[in-house]
Amino acid sequence: MASEIFKIAAVQLRPILLVLSLIVLYRGHNEPGGGFIGGIMAGMGFVLYAMAVGVEKARKSRTIKPVSFMGLGLFFALISGLFAPFSGVGLFMQGVWTEIELPWGSAIKLGTPLLFDAGVYLLVTGMITSIMYAIMEE
Amino acid sequence: MEVFIALIIGFLYGASVYMFLRRSIVKLVLGIIFLSHATNLLLFSTGGFLRGSPPFVDEVGSDASLPVADPLPQALVLTALVISLGVTAFSLVLIYRFYKETGSVDLDELAQMEKK
Amino acid sequence: MLLTLLLGLFVLSLLAPLINTFSRRFSGWLLSVVPFIVFILLAVKIPQVSGGYYSTEEYSWIPELGLIFSLRLDGLSQIFALLVTGIGSLILIYAGYYMRSYDKTSRFFGYLVFFMASMLGLVLAADLLTLFVFWEFTSLSSFLLIGFKHERPEARQAALQALLITGLGGLALLAGFILLYKVYGTFELATIIGNPELLASSPLLLPVMILVLIGAFTKSAIFPFHFWLPGAMQAPSPVSAYLHSATMVKAGIYLLARLNPLMMSSEWWVYSLSLFGVFTMFVGAWMSITQNDLKKVLAYTTVSALGTLVMLIGSSTDFAVNAMLVFLLVHAFYKATLFMMAGNIEKKTGTRMIDEVGGLYRYMPVASAISLLALLSMSGIPPMLGFISKELIYEAGINAPSAAGIILLLGFLSNAFILFASARIALDVFLGKPMFEKQPKEPDISLLTGPAILVIISLLLGLLPGRLTDSLLNPAMIHILPGSEAMKLKLWHGFNDILLLSFLTIVAGVLMYIFKARVTALVSYANLKYFKARFSDGFFGLIDGFMYLTSRKTAIVQHGYHRFYLMTIFVVASVLIALTFYGWKPKAELAQNLQAPTFTVLVFGTLIVVSTITTLLAKSRLVALISIGLTGLGIGLIFIEYSGIDLAITMIMVETMMVVLGTIVVFHLPRYLDFSDLRSRQRDVVIASVFGLLMAFLAFRSFTNPETKISEYFVENSYLLAYGKNVVNVILVDFRALDTLGEITVLLLAAFGIYALLKLKTEPK
Repeated sequence: MASEIFKIAAVQLRPILLVLSLIVLYRGHNEPGGGFIGGIMAGMGFVLYAMAVGVEKARKSRTIKPVSFMGLGLFFALISGLFAPFSGVGLFMQGVWTEIELPWGSAIKLGTPLLFDAGVYLLVTGMITSIMYAIMEE
Repeated sequence: MEVFIALIIGFLYGASVYMFLRRSIVKLVLGIIFLSHATNLLLFSTGGFLRGSPPFVDEVGSDASLPVADPLPQALVLTALVISLGVTAFSLVLIYRFYKETGSVDLDELAQMEKK
Repeated sequence: MLLTLLLGLFVLSLLAPLINTFSRRFSGWLLSVVPFIVFILLAVKIPQVSGGYYSTEEYSWIPELGLIFSLRLDGLSQIFALLVTGIGSLILIYAGYYMRSYDKTSRFFGYLVFFMASMLGLVLAADLLTLFVFWEFTSLSSFLLIGFKHERPEARQAALQALLITGLGGLALLAGFILLYKVYGTFELATIIGNPELLASSPLLLPVMILVLIGAFTKSAIFPFHFWLPGAMQAPSPVSAYLHSATMVKAGIYLLARLNPLMMSSEWWVYSLSLFGVFTMFVGAWMSITQNDLKKVLAYTTVSALGTLVMLIGSSTDFAVNAMLVFLLVHAFYKATLFMMAGNIEKKTGTRMIDEVGGLYRYMPVASAISLLALLSMSGIPPMLGFISKELIYEAGINAPSAAGIILLLGFLSNAFILFASARIALDVFLGKPMFEKQPKEPDISLLTGPAILVIISLLLGLLPGRLTDSLLNPAMIHILPGSEAMKLKLWHGFNDILLLSFLTIVAGVLMYIFKARVTALVSYANLKYFKARFSDGFFGLIDGFMYLTSRKTAIVQHGYHRFYLMTIFVVASVLIALTFYGWKPKAELAQNLQAPTFTVLVFGTLIVVSTITTLLAKSRLVALISIGLTGLGIGLIFIEYSGIDLAITMIMVETMMVVLGTIVVFHLPRYLDFSDLRSRQRDVVIASVFGLLMAFLAFRSFTNPETKISEYFVENSYLLAYGKNVVNVILVDFRALDTLGEITVLLLAAFGIYALLKLKTEPK
């Protein structure tokens, strides 16, 4: 069905797109990017791969099902909202931040919004792959 | 500028309505896409027309002398975009299923089927 | 403490199914423990309450709207609360055994306890909204209980009828309460009742009164809403016993008594209560004459009793209110007993038609003795408490402020009719000659406990009525008629005109019984000839007519042609948008502030317009899809031009996905066909152009109408509060994360929907 060049390109593109999407996700808080964009990119990686090798093989090559991606995403998003009420900082969905010192001197800020964004990322990835897989199987 | 963008938005709305009023179910979905295009553009434009200053701030907080584009419409549109992808996909699949169940792509036939 | 009691009952209603499955044998006894404890806890408060100390509890409910959930135990609540829980526990004991032959009893007990809890909440409520919520709870739970035997169409109909009528009343009541709120600015009952002058001087007095009356009359089955109550006997006997004695219908009485101080200064209130009360009293008694079904006879006497209660409240004299409270208790006692007995008879003999049973005293002596005592109370014959209440009613009638003669006459006739009904039940069913081949047995002890206790109380109070006055009646009376005082109750008043009336009533009733056949024939003839109206049928006729009307309306409006629905929507929308431009003038300085379109935007705009036109005119689906993708691309480019970087990236990716998706799907579908003719296209072009133009105006107006923007807050605090430099992203994941959560849930649902649409296979037809 697909040409060889496309096949090879798509197979190689998948890991690149995934890594790229994670970078986009991470930098989204300060620069262009974020969970939605990253999610679409990751989803596209999976979809391209499935187009090249067929959905059946694509499904097999993934240990986590698209539906689980979505569930996990929603779970992350919800959990991130529960930090504040349970730690007594504020209401549901209020951001909670903490700073982690890294061994080489610098520090990174971690907060529940990042977790939330990761949830969005996972959910969008899952949605796109599950929709496209289902349609391509028809 | 305002006039031009407003006209484009109006044009897109008009196109969407025209597509909605067709009998073909595929055109109905195209109408939905146009509608979300038009609405996204409308929402986005309510933030004003500011060029070259995306809504980013630096660490000291914002500087009133350097205005940035309105971030709120952008945030609204960003989610709307992804949702419209979901909705469009859903309606595409819906018409596909509709065709498989009824063997028709004509919405008027649907009315007659209901009457029976 | 009150809340704990109330919650205890509600929790019990949830646990009832569990308890029932745990022990079907003793479920009634087990379930009655909690209501009985509640009863005791309320009873020990009697000295406190009669001493004028009321426990009040307030819980904030929706503080933003000023809604408070508050409970209060005063004299009036107390008398009702004791009835609800006391009779309720007895009913549960009875039901535990009675319902054994039924299916799904777990559900039944849940409903029944819920009913009890709702009624308790209703009488304890200290503000109008709390009261209203419980009021609706009782309507709902009685609907479930009346329709419990839902396999039978009559039961479903009766339940629906009860629900619709009491539901209508509930709506009226809510409206009345809201009007009261408009007058007083609070829902708190004590404040409202403490200040009747404010309402009296308000123009809203009459509307409030009418609405409250509709609410109370529907609930208490007062003419012309009386017909749902006889229908409600479709419920299993324990429910009927409870519904007729202590709950549901008494809710309306409670409300009228509670609000009496507020409105009694108005003549309209006094007249409508007296008039509707007296009339209902008479109609109920009259209708009971010709009934043959034991439960129907009892149901109509309840209607009559409710009328009597309403009439007494309306009279608003010391005598009347005193009589009303005593009669309330009397009626609750004997009506619960008799309904439970009717259930027993049906269970043991298989019928409850009066002319099909007889001589039961031989087979079930205990049950017969209990029933006969209850019937004595119902007929108002000494030494039962019923006698005292009837004397009081006559006394109130003689002392009525207006139209004493008519009230007395109709009261006399109603009492005679009811005495006739009691005599028929007593003499034909329990005495009389036996008519069974197979001998019915004495009912089980669980079926007799409740009735026995109620009758004994009724008898004791009849012999020693003095205790009632101070502990229960006086504390309640001051809430119905401020400043009133109860008389010392006595069984024996000496020889006076009231005793004469009582005597005459008995004579009339006995005479009617002697000429039973003729009386019944005469009354049924009169009913056929003069009173043809069947309220119940009329009611269902009304419903049918309404259904017909809606189906015709639906056929016209819902024609099934999708594009005409949409056309209607867009035409109406166009008109509405056009209306918003009425009187709009652009600001004078507008022209100078407008920016000229830059060259790049002109190019992007042209791309959008051209590709859109291509989509509109395309004969090939693929062309249409690709060009609509180009439209999206153009919009994405505009996003870039005006500082929407994240947006542009997303837009372009989304558009790509959309085109891919569309291509896959559309290739499964047949080719484009030309369905429409030129005329309809021209028409659609006009509609679309008008709508588009109006939207363009609207967009233009919104661009040139800068309001203060909340976005400034986001920009200022993006890094300070949320440690993010990308404001759009911060809004999405922090400031407005809850919205985003909702949105990704929508995505999840869309994905599930798609999956279901594709994978679910329907059976081939």
